[in-house]
Amino acid sequence: MTNPIRFSRRSVLGLAAAASAGAVLGGCGDDGGESGSGKKIRWWHIANTDPMLSKWAEMAKQFEAAHPGVKFEITPLENEAFKTKLTTVIQAGDPPDIFHTWGGGVLAQQADAGMVKDITAEVGGWRDTLIPTALDAYTIEGKTYASAVDTGMVGFWYNKQLFERAGLSKPPATWADYLEAVRKLKAANITPIALAGKEKWPGHYYWAYLAMRVAGLDALRQAAVDKDFTKPDFVAAGARLSELVALQPFQTGFLAAGYSTADGQAATMGNGKAAMELMGQWAPVVQRDNSAGKKGLGDKLGFFTFPAVDGGKGQITDAFGGGGGFAVGKDAPPEAVEFLKFIAQPDNARIEAKTAGVLPVVKAASDAVTDPNLKMVAETLSRSTGFQLYLDQAYAPAVGQQVNDSVAELLAGKASPEKLVEAVTTAAKQG
Amino acid sequence: MLTDERRPAPAQPEPPVEAGARRRRRPWSTVVVFLSPALVLFALLVLTPIAIAAYGSFFEWNGFGVPTAFVGLENFHRLLVDEIFVGDLRRALLLVVLSLCIQLPVSLALAMLLNQPLRGRRVYRMLFFAPYVLSEVVTAVLFTMIFSPNQGLANHITRLIGLGDLGATWLAEPDTVMYSLFLVISWKYFGFHTILYLAGRQGIPQELHDAAAIDGAGPWQAFRNITLPLLGPTIRISVFLSILGTIQLFDMIWVLTGGPIRSSETLAVTMFQEGFKRSHVGYASAISMAIFLISLTFGLLYQRFVLRRDLEGAITTIGDRR
Repeated sequence: MTNPIRFSRRSVLGLAAAASAGAVLGGCGDDGGESGSGKKIRWWHIANTDPMLSKWAEMAKQFEAAHPGVKFEITPLENEAFKTKLTTVIQAGDPPDIFHTWGGGVLAQQADAGMVKDITAEVGGWRDTLIPTALDAYTIEGKTYASAVDTGMVGFWYNKQLFERAGLSKPPATWADYLEAVRKLKAANITPIALAGKEKWPGHYYWAYLAMRVAGLDALRQAAVDKDFTKPDFVAAGARLSELVALQPFQTGFLAAGYSTADGQAATMGNGKAAMELMGQWAPVVQRDNSAGKKGLGDKLGFFTFPAVDGGKGQITDAFGGGGGFAVGKDAPPEAVEFLKFIAQPDNARIEAKTAGVLPVVKAASDAVTDPNLKMVAETLSRSTGFQLYLDQAYAPAVGQQVNDSVAELLAGKASPEKLVEAVTTAAKQG
Repeated sequence: MLTDERRPAPAQPEPPVEAGARRRRRPWSTVVVFLSPALVLFALLVLTPIAIAAYGSFFEWNGFGVPTAFVGLENFHRLLVDEIFVGDLRRALLLVVLSLCIQLPVSLALAMLLNQPLRGRRVYRMLFFAPYVLSEVVTAVLFTMIFSPNQGLANHITRLIGLGDLGATWLAEPDTVMYSLFLVISWKYFGFHTILYLAGRQGIPQELHDAAAIDGAGPWQAFRNITLPLLGPTIRISVFLSILGTIQLFDMIWVLTGGPIRSSETLAVTMFQEGFKRSHVGYASAISMAIFLISLTFGLLYQRFVLRRDLEGAITTIGDRR
């Protein structure tokens, strides 16, 4: 008779030993390095796919060539993984020398803890080459903690062909029109909206924009200061969102859909399976990269701003969104700041704008934006009457996460608008 | 689970000691020398983190610097009224009940089947054990694709057999996500339990079954009165591992579901959410203490009341009584 017990026990033990040895070794390998004293620059960014992955590696190489002794150690991370991993190393008191940031409350918390360098003076050297509002999100109480790389805003990206098929000649300008458009799309058997319900941040855009339109920018800012989101206007914003949810506008199984995954929000849009998505300036690129054949929608893709809400206090020209920047870790060598200046050179900024399809913050590089949709985003942004950073970045992490979670519940039909504002208020009070 | 154990580093060379002293203290010095590397690692990698987490759980602390805002038992009080945490407990219980009532009996049945002389038995054993070799993350990624709402294999199959879009809600519906999750967990771990049972079954002397057959016992009677009682120790260990694994479940959920809307979170996932997404490290420490205490209490009680007989050698007793 065969005796699988010996075989299995030995292999299980072997696996266990290998796994634990691996864990111990892995733990040893990840030492902090001698940043600060040496000239090693640890750079964490979120451009984990080409083209920017290799473009940025090239820029680092050029910089190394011009600055003998400087050696880059680049860690490209996927968006969500980046946020988690960064939190871990920062809590351990060992931030990377250069790392991606969206500014706002998250950066403020890092600055509070003394984990990032105040680079106000250094950035002053190239501040004038940037568009005026570029550094606002990274400036806390007059001190600048990061340099901006790109900017942008969130709006509706829509499939013109599908809109036409549903008999919609122009994009909706008011919330009532918008709901009507969703109804028509549904009637034409078209999925109106693609949404990555699993990741939550894309969902929070809806409530944030509605809160901006209904309550206004000042109310939103004041609410964060007062730690009180229970004003009737915020409940009304949720109620408006509930109107949309009631129409069941999202793709099947949206609660389990990711954003840039094989079957996620961007892929659904890029493959023409849904008529629109509410997303930032990077949407066309991500749609293209995740679509079948990497083609995207091409010139079928259009952009319109989030509609106005009747009787709301906000303007339709108020913009919501943000860009990316780079913060400098507390122990970084001076060359790290020097490198931020280097990538803010117009030539390098043009490369970013051209290849990654982002909106540059460097004024001289604005001629590199050629895509008509992005031009439209840039124009809308330049005409904007007010600006709100992503709520999950603008607020302290706990509040931002609660906004994401509560809006997700509302979108799933599991929470009322009242419950949403109460949960966010509780989180804000707990800090 | 088992793989959490850290291996001790090789022993440091013993510092030279005088011959006389050495002879006198030999038992102790030997013990110290052989035990200290393991003890140091244990203290450093197990006890210290527990102590730090216990300390941190009494503070309101965002993880930066040293905790200063002492809040006493406030974090633990918050646990009791936190509907997510209470939901975590309920979900863990659900998974435990499902595992004990479905996964383990199925594993047992398969083990009995694989013990029969059937063609290709080795191939089946390999196949059933294969999922256990995969890491949880790989399994989760695999099943994200299978359960993908619009392109997934699962939906394709449900459509083929005429169940329409039933499958689209696998992971996307708060009401079904736990069952989908259970399906994946079972797929991954049933082979492990099957092998355990199979090994236990093969440790039962064939004479018992022969004797029972001579006495006229049918297959069910033989299973009920011989196989099952003698598999007792194996079953009790398998239940123990299954429950502890469920309490500590993390990777699978993190990669596979991530929600929807926190409806599939377990204790460990909530701890991660609070600690790393919301910078509530104090509160997350309180959750980790809760996980620790639950596991410890369960482990001790289970060993004291359920495993005691096995530790005292129940098999031989029953064997003698025969």
